[in-house]
Amino acid sequence: MALQAITANRLRDGVVVWRAGDGTWVERLEDAAAFEPAAAEQALAAARVDERENRIVGLYAFDVVVENGLPVPVKIRERLRGLGPSVRPDLGKQAPPPAAA
Amino acid sequence: MTHHATQPTAPANAPAHAGIYRYDAVDRQFITERVAQFRDQVQRRLSGVLSEEEFRPLRLMNGLYLQLHAYMLRIAIPYGTLTGQQLRALADIGRRFDKGYGHFTTRQNLQFNWIRLEDTPDILDALGAVDMHAIQTSGNCIRNVTTDQFAGVAADAVADPRVYAEILRQWSTLHPEFTFLPRKFKIAIIAGDHDRAVIRAHDVGVKVKTNAAGAIGFEVYVGGGLGRSPFLGQKTRDWVDEQDLIAYLEAVLRVYNRLGRRDNIYKARIKILLHQTGLAKFTEMVEEEFASLRGPRYHLDPEIVAEIRRHFAPPPYDALAETVVDAAPGTAFARWLETNVAAHRQPGYAAVTVSLKPAGGIPGDATSDQMDVVADLADRFSFGEVRVTHAQNLVLPHVRRADLAEVFAALDAAGLGAANVGTIADIIACPGLDYCSLANARSIPLAQELSRRFADPERQKAIGDVSIKMSGCINACGHHHVANIGVLGVDKHGKEAYQLTLGGDPTLNAAIGDLLGPAMAEEEVADAVEKVVDLYLARREPGERFNDTLARLGRAAFKETVYAAG
Repeated sequence: MALQAITANRLRDGVVVWRAGDGTWVERLEDAAAFEPAAAEQALAAARVDERENRIVGLYAFDVVVENGLPVPVKIRERLRGLGPSVRPDLGKQAPPPAAA
Repeated sequence: MTHHATQPTAPANAPAHAGIYRYDAVDRQFITERVAQFRDQVQRRLSGVLSEEEFRPLRLMNGLYLQLHAYMLRIAIPYGTLTGQQLRALADIGRRFDKGYGHFTTRQNLQFNWIRLEDTPDILDALGAVDMHAIQTSGNCIRNVTTDQFAGVAADAVADPRVYAEILRQWSTLHPEFTFLPRKFKIAIIAGDHDRAVIRAHDVGVKVKTNAAGAIGFEVYVGGGLGRSPFLGQKTRDWVDEQDLIAYLEAVLRVYNRLGRRDNIYKARIKILLHQTGLAKFTEMVEEEFASLRGPRYHLDPEIVAEIRRHFAPPPYDALAETVVDAAPGTAFARWLETNVAAHRQPGYAAVTVSLKPAGGIPGDATSDQMDVVADLADRFSFGEVRVTHAQNLVLPHVRRADLAEVFAALDAAGLGAANVGTIADIIACPGLDYCSLANARSIPLAQELSRRFADPERQKAIGDVSIKMSGCINACGHHHVANIGVLGVDKHGKEAYQLTLGGDPTLNAAIGDLLGPAMAEEEVADAVEKVVDLYLARREPGERFNDTLARLGRAAFKETVYAAG
């Protein structure tokens, strides 16, 4: 069984989030936890509490591998979710941070 | 706006020229109340009173989807007609609530991709302020009716199909019987022999026509649809009297609502019902229902039709002589005149298609600034009217030929001067996996690559009107089935792969393209399409269009070219 990461959208604004090892939700894929199968089940169950409590929506787990210590999705769908549209590198998670004032 | 117990109504004070259906107080009250309802629903969702399971159908009824990166709001543009003011409002929403752009779809709607749930009621308020909404853009209801972008303009049309599209809008909105159909239901309507709305790919396709006495009636096709199981609509009636339009469509919907499958989402569309029932039996059931409905209750009052027709009265054209526009041969303006400017029924005027397909661009995307430019041009040069095409372009429907140079210059300065409408570079593409959570593969990058490869105007001209359409999954939002060259994204062992289909036709002689061969990798697609086009160019006979050459040579010749080793 592959490693898994857990993702959802934040209810209020729809922003894509991932489950970190400490049970918080993070906005960048590189901060997501890669869970072993048994731990993924537990983390998903814990995440469902947040779903029930209306913090997140659209919860699911997906397969990742770990490269250089970071979770890398197996499927392109999740890679795109982690970055943003491949045709708009200025948008989504991949977007360069706004220039400092 | 609201459903008036089967009978549409029209306000008595319709202006002499509107060019667009103007809401009355009843319409506006309905929209205002609907937004207030949704504001309350969003608040209850955010506070946890409503679960997602409870909220999901409510948000979908207001056009709000959860997509790959965020919420997506699909805004209704009924029959693809906008005022400049409405387009400007869309631009403003894009700027204030999204990321400064929107995506025009094959359903003549507009999608914003980065919407926050908590902002949605305010967005719907902003839409309501310009008589717009996001109703009937989702869910198992009768969706927004689509039509010919040259409605009221094309010389070959016997009537303005928007009159009947508006009647159908009023009939279908909140129709109590048809709000929970087995599946979504799409209607398209045209009024001439040139089908610019792909009516045979819709659940119901309507062609307005006249009889020998000059009376208006309708030819009706039922059971078309693309997606997983593509079917072309079949003619169920050659003639429906104008007064019976609602009764006949109500009969079709009743048969579907009663017998359409609700146990299997993939078999729930009316196309499957018609296919499994057979045309003869299906038609018989519809006729039986129609006979029971026909009568005063469903009679479409000619005065109501006349009232609604007044809303779509021609604008106050100047009396002009037919104008010849000077353009130096070989210039961008000259090419644009050839490709993007269509004949108008009024002498001295033309319909201008604004291509949203620059070479390497994203089909259907327009920035808020570009929307503002088009809105301003509409106000200055086109009686304040804009249309959206199912091919993901915009139209300025009534431009004086003498103003074409100025319009082109303004469009070109805004990055909207691509001279490629109706060419191979006028590619339809769904958002694909770059945005859509249903997609298997990306479609936009391939559209970009192909539009760059076919960017040379001389080559476009040589190729002619070969169409390329691509979808990122079998749901076929990109209409690939009815393209001369269709591209379908599939998931092959977890990787993006693409199938080619050849021979599709979106016209009244509609055809579904045939699969050419095994799926190929992304990097192989553009070469494969070029090989198909090159074979067509090499082997076509004078005057032969792509599907003719394909039929004469056979699919095997194209397959051999595409899949030949090396």
